[in-house]
Amino acid sequence: MNVVYVLWLREVKKYLRSRAQIIASIGQPLMYLAVLGFGLGPIFRKAGQGSYLQFMAPGVIGMTVLFTAMFSGIAMLWDRQFGFLKETLVAPVPRVQVMLGRTLGGATVAVIQGTIIFVVTLIVGFRPASVLAVVIAFLLIALIAIVFAALATAIGSSIKEMQGFQMVMNFLVMPLWFLSGALYPLAGLPFALAVLTRVDPLTYGIDGVRGTMIGATHFGVGFDVLVLLAVGVLFVIAGAWRFSKIEV
Amino acid sequence: MRTYGTVTAVNDVTFDVRRGETFAFLGPNGAGKTTTIKMLTTVLQPTSGTLELDGLNPVSQATEVRKRFGVVFQDPSLDSELTAWENIDIHGVLYHVPRKVRHERGETLLKLFELWDRRKDLVKTFSGGMRRRLEIARGLLHTPQVLFLDEPTQGLDPQSRNQMWTIVKNLNQTEGVTVFLTTHYMDEADRVADRIAIIDHGKIVATGSSAELKQQTGTDSLEAAFLKLTGTSIREEEFSAQDRIRQISRVWRR
Repeated sequence: MNVVYVLWLREVKKYLRSRAQIIASIGQPLMYLAVLGFGLGPIFRKAGQGSYLQFMAPGVIGMTVLFTAMFSGIAMLWDRQFGFLKETLVAPVPRVQVMLGRTLGGATVAVIQGTIIFVVTLIVGFRPASVLAVVIAFLLIALIAIVFAALATAIGSSIKEMQGFQMVMNFLVMPLWFLSGALYPLAGLPFALAVLTRVDPLTYGIDGVRGTMIGATHFGVGFDVLVLLAVGVLFVIAGAWRFSKIEV
Repeated sequence: MRTYGTVTAVNDVTFDVRRGETFAFLGPNGAGKTTTIKMLTTVLQPTSGTLELDGLNPVSQATEVRKRFGVVFQDPSLDSELTAWENIDIHGVLYHVPRKVRHERGETLLKLFELWDRRKDLVKTFSGGMRRRLEIARGLLHTPQVLFLDEPTQGLDPQSRNQMWTIVKNLNQTEGVTVFLTTHYMDEADRVADRIAIIDHGKIVATGSSAELKQQTGTDSLEAAFLKLTGTSIREEEFSAQDRIRQISRVWRR
């Protein structure tokens, strides 16, 4: 059993034991699906864009993955203040292994959450193109989870106070979500908004998931994957570097 | 020496600890005890000066140094959402203890610290004393040469303190583990330490056995010697962000 695996397993075990977290995390996506999905559905249809639920379901799954992955950064702050991080920092193992274990654990939890929300979207009427499309989409979802779990690790390694993470949520995570095109089509946006959506890595994640699940993509799934891979590598390197500098 | 911005936490700290001895590192709040332990355990890097543990440099040979010590930090470092056994097992993996040895020694230590029957319980259900005992058991799993104990009995009742020191002293004698401890309980230091260093305002002010410190200060107890060396004024510690979060955590736990 190696270090990466045991730390990955720790994250997954903790999540599966926390029923409250599982239930609570369904609330927000469910609200988006119910309120926006059904509320804006008629307008979307009148505009000739088809089913809004079909359009936004991949976005809500992406939102769930983004939020869950980013919250793994909070878990790190918690570990930093109350315990377990010190145990891993004084262990005779390369810190990059510790970072990878944590990041992959956080990403796995995010994918599980995304899967739960995917099932919910199926229940409320979302219909992906095929089973194969779902399988491929989940590879993209895993990539999104790794990208943002690595970003969360980098951020969690750099800030020491919970209040700091609140700022991250307000000034980074929410903009990432709203600029991702999860709620609106990327075509025909005002120039400034179009630029902002293109610098948001989540845009490519949701576009890729949407492209594989319902065949509607703005950039092309191949390009989405390339961008996610590049950003993922960048964030993993940044996360490993920041994690190696932690002092408690 | 270690500084935080313009604040000097420790300065001019020079001491040596002999192999196999129990060494108490005493000082008032904010004197620099924890900073010193953090530097020795590779968690913090010194701003200047040199450190050596078993002939190795904790800064340039951190991984090798980490194999040689176990540590119980002042703040808890267990994962309270995992079971006692899972905490032990993860520690064993982190220290490359083979599975068979991990299981055998884990069982021995949990039995020694009277936690074997609770090994499958989540740590969050444990009392403060049980958590401390588990942390020490965990710190000993990989058979360290040095055990750092940073105020390990803080918040424990006299029974738990007594039991803990009995076990630690026994391990020191039977396994030859060098023990480096800090405590605010002078009677504990008097009871278990072979030698004592007293630090104040980031500097070592005295070193010696309990008897030597008493003789040096002309007092009849270690506490009196400590007060004579460090004064009687109450020290003010900076109220850090960490302290604030700890307070929030305590409120949540209620």
